[in-house]
Amino acid sequence: MHGVVDVKEHAAKSSEAPSGPLLEVRDLTVEFATRRGIVTAVSKVDLTLGKGETLGIVGESGSGKSVTSYTVMRILDRAGRIAEGSITFSGIDVAHAPESEMRDLRGREMSMIFQNPRAALNPIRTVGAQIGDVLLQHVQADPRNVKHKVIDILKQVRIARPEDRYHAYPFELSGGMCQRIVIALALACRPQLMIADEPTTGLDVTTQKAVMDLVTELTRERGMSTILITHDLGLAATYCDTVMVMEKGKVVETAPAERIFRDPQHPYTRKLMRATPRPGITLKDLLPEGEGAPTAAAARSPVADAGAPLLTVENLVREYPRQGAPSAFLAKLKGKPLTPEETIFRAVDGISFEVKRGESVGLVGESGCGKSTTSTMVMRLIDPTAGKITFAGEDIGAIPAKDFAHHPMRKRIQMVFQDPTESLNPRYTAARAIADPLLRMGGYSGGAKLDARVAELAEMVGLPQNLLERFPHQLSGGQKARIGIARAIALDPDLVILDEPTAALDVSVQAVVLNLLEELKQRLGMSYLFVSHDLHVVGLLCDRVIVMRQGRIVEEGTAREVLEAPKDAYTRELIAAIPHPPV
Amino acid sequence: MLKLLGSRLATAVPSLIGVVIVTFLLTRVLPGDTAAYFAGPAATPQAIAEIRTKLGLDKSLPAQFADYVSALAHGDLGSSLSTGQPVATEIASRLPASAELTLAGLVLALLIAVPFGIIAAVRQGSWIDHACRIITTAGVSLPVFFTGLLLVYVFYFKLGWAPAPLGRLDVFFSAPETVTGFYLIDSLIARDFETFRAALAQLAVPAITLAIFALAPIARMTRASMLAVLSSEFVRTAKAAGLTDYTVIITYAFRNAMLPVVTTLGMVFSFLLGANVLVEKVFAWPGIGSYAVEALITSDYAPVQGFVLAMAILYVILNLLIDLAYGIIDPRARSEA
Repeated sequence: MHGVVDVKEHAAKSSEAPSGPLLEVRDLTVEFATRRGIVTAVSKVDLTLGKGETLGIVGESGSGKSVTSYTVMRILDRAGRIAEGSITFSGIDVAHAPESEMRDLRGREMSMIFQNPRAALNPIRTVGAQIGDVLLQHVQADPRNVKHKVIDILKQVRIARPEDRYHAYPFELSGGMCQRIVIALALACRPQLMIADEPTTGLDVTTQKAVMDLVTELTRERGMSTILITHDLGLAATYCDTVMVMEKGKVVETAPAERIFRDPQHPYTRKLMRATPRPGITLKDLLPEGEGAPTAAAARSPVADAGAPLLTVENLVREYPRQGAPSAFLAKLKGKPLTPEETIFRAVDGISFEVKRGESVGLVGESGCGKSTTSTMVMRLIDPTAGKITFAGEDIGAIPAKDFAHHPMRKRIQMVFQDPTESLNPRYTAARAIADPLLRMGGYSGGAKLDARVAELAEMVGLPQNLLERFPHQLSGGQKARIGIARAIALDPDLVILDEPTAALDVSVQAVVLNLLEELKQRLGMSYLFVSHDLHVVGLLCDRVIVMRQGRIVEEGTAREVLEAPKDAYTRELIAAIPHPPV
Repeated sequence: MLKLLGSRLATAVPSLIGVVIVTFLLTRVLPGDTAAYFAGPAATPQAIAEIRTKLGLDKSLPAQFADYVSALAHGDLGSSLSTGQPVATEIASRLPASAELTLAGLVLALLIAVPFGIIAAVRQGSWIDHACRIITTAGVSLPVFFTGLLLVYVFYFKLGWAPAPLGRLDVFFSAPETVTGFYLIDSLIARDFETFRAALAQLAVPAITLAIFALAPIARMTRASMLAVLSSEFVRTAKAAGLTDYTVIITYAFRNAMLPVVTTLGMVFSFLLGANVLVEKVFAWPGIGSYAVEALITSDYAPVQGFVLAMAILYVILNLLIDLAYGIIDPRARSEA
């Protein structure tokens, strides 16, 4: 590590500006040439970042927060260009610097962490070689000592067994581990500025906390400046000094983190603040002031315990063959047959719970805890290895998954999927997508009756009638989510399984969709099985919460009990890991 | 890796058995009576029947098939009726000629098409991108016998740069001692550089003819897969880390883009073997394609069966090589085995 420090100090001295902020952006306007003409993605953005400071850029999709940061690094794709304004980094005019100078800056003086860490790494190159590439490029190591230095860096980002992991490929590592590798890449040359673009989106809350704590520690230790780009106000509040809120390419507000939450000035900031799920609020509190149907969230009454159980799950087990298990044949040759633990992985390990009529039950846990496997089994898309699933008095667990699609029970259980875009057929219009279940199982065969029903459903989910003839790519995320919900309620199901229905949506859209779901439940008397990793969201929508870990239920209780007085240590850890604005 | 090889070879066995059965049946249902053909136009019915008995064609189909398979098991592919030569010997001498031509064409096409495809993707929309599209489309649109004749006309007849299109080697040279059957390699092993030059000169024009035909699929595939990879997130990471364009394009992008190109290569190789028949005719190349076509015309079933079987084995080996290449390029393919 010593060698790196020496070279680094030398480099820093030679390029250091005499004084002033590390990064200064003035009047930045970025335009993209598209087929429909020139689109302004960012307009008149100003920002100043001093040495060692942490700035959070918060905004929803399309706010221009990522474009701003890409422009600072000058890695915009070909269609984008700086139309106006200046970017000064450490005394260098980034907008006009030659490409060779920019290349030297990138990775060495300014670097970036991306969302979706697995895709951000070259899938067919070992992680050690990828970090080594950066070190060699910026002459921070030579071919003789590069491996040694890479292992040092892996140790710093707390990768266990760094000597082995040096030779690992990204697909062999977990998401959190991949993000540590991406961080190692970004920090390898000890840059002065690090930009983290949604670094923890898609990671579990506990992993998110570990990753963010690591980033904070490493950047603080090195006196680096950081820009954190996120849609999550809570995350920005927890980890940044200053927060800048962007909307539609413009900066609407910049203020110190604690002030922006205590005293938000701009209406958009206030709207974002309200829409962020946090403890101690109701669903209606998520909506902007004075909005939301009064009958919905506010009038939510706790479900009467008298409700008969709709769904009962008993000792449900699902096993999978363990990947990369030692060969059973070889083991037999050696005379030591494999134990079941060596060959079989229990994704769901004997769980029991019930959902009453008109009740919402949340199934919470981190990725790999078995919550999705459970919901898929209840939906009867896969067969359980053992256990019983009783729905409306019938043992549906005994019906093979491949026959269930044609079973009369099928229409009484529906599902809303996680990704509103991927779960719609791109060649179906909104109306056709909503009509699909009606045509398949509802006994409709087209004509005015079908159109009327589709229009009625669209009205129920708040989808404007004039959008019904559009295709998914012509609709926004929120509109697509409404189609997914309309499709699920089309056959008046008794139970709707919601598989992270808002995970891909912006917070303000999430707020609206959650309220819509609650209102529909009240109106149609459905039960929900809500699968999510976000305890706060689950707490808002659900009457009862089940926390799962490693295929088992660790805690079960009313939403209030679990959120406010968690009994299990793991639940407490989950709750503590969720960042939220200081309210 | 060995496990992968073994399992792929095992899956190839049923298809080879299928090939043996289907070619046998096909050569039997072909129109034309082999015995009558070889007895000549003036033969008496008795003479034809005699020949039929001699060839074993009077037996029932299953019996004929049993004879064929048992001979096959001993490595005997039968003899050609028109030349009298054992089919195995003929194929052994002619297959290397075809393989040398096809491989030379393929390598040439790769050397041109891959860099062309990469540049076209990196400079998308530039003049070189358009040039790439026009040239490759033109190449694949012209039939090979036409390009072949055109090249012969220009380079042999007009310019006189190329030797006469008459086989693998000029009549003044003798073939090098057979090691691999590839004249280029054998002459190098024998350190006979004169022969090497002569063989190369004979090979150049037909190989270019084949290469022109093969350019389009390889260049288009390279371009498309490079474009996809260049817009991927890990390339953005590599750029953000300040890696040079060369490292980003070759080490990061191209290695990932190679996977679909390798798959295409297998298909292109099969196209080329088909196109070979015409090229061999134009250049009087003593290859396996022209041999098979002549045998087919004369209802000479033994060479046809031998040819189809040899091709099937070649495809199995080719696909095995592609799987191996996949395993070398992509660690994920290795771990799935």
